[in-house]
Amino acid sequence: MRLEYFLLLDRIVDLNLDDRTIRTEATVPTASTIFEGHFPGHPLMPGVLLIETMAQTSGWLIIALTKFTRMPFLAAVKEAKLRTFVTPGQVLAVKAAMVHDGSGYAMTKAEIRHEGKLVCNAELTFRTVEFPSPDFRASMEKIAAEIAFPMEALAHG
Amino acid sequence: MSSTFDTVANIIAETCDIERAKITPESHAIDDLGIDSLDFLDIAFAIDKAFGIKLPLEQWTQEVNDGKATTEQYFVLKNLCARIDELIAAKGAPA
Repeated sequence: MRLEYFLLLDRIVDLNLDDRTIRTEATVPTASTIFEGHFPGHPLMPGVLLIETMAQTSGWLIIALTKFTRMPFLAAVKEAKLRTFVTPGQVLAVKAAMVHDGSGYAMTKAEIRHEGKLVCNAELTFRTVEFPSPDFRASMEKIAAEIAFPMEALAHG
Repeated sequence: MSSTFDTVANIIAETCDIERAKITPESHAIDDLGIDSLDFLDIAFAIDKAFGIKLPLEQWTQEVNDGKATTEQYFVLKNLCARIDELIAAKGAPA
């Protein structure tokens, strides 16, 4: 995770286009300015960033399923449950599954676990639109390469 | 058949917490019922699931934005239900 850049995933562990699921991994940094305020002397990963982590994981699934033709933007968060504290240094296992691939929108279910224990989960809605510009798409491709997005998988299926 | 309308009206009532009696075939989802585009995604999801179809929301939005269609054609409920019935019929038709 690079919290200051809003890059909340380290790598894609598995992408299954048939099952429409994705698994990612993210390690909470041991130090971040965010922890100076949240909270002094008691650093906790903010719940909104956990939701964003689930959203980014879901987003890469949507990008994969649309073969990098659509950009998902988070539109709604439902049934979000933040079950346990997440602290610096923890390794998070994130999963997302497509619930519904609609026209111009998509819905996913996502969860995060730490050492097998459920940390949080939510149902997420995204608007899916064409990439706003070639530069935007290029920037997403750059991030995709950094997180081991399996670009070759898009050529199949 | 009226069943399409009943299903859609029930979905809208439940999804948007609108009194069922206020929802009529003449209701405009946006102008009369005050449903915004984000809430309509939940309705579209429930309709897609209930009827096994995929409402072409992007196409409709594009047509409205391009001035090729009016919102009444898609968002007055009797018209919406007619579109749904067409999509159901198209799904059952041989390819």
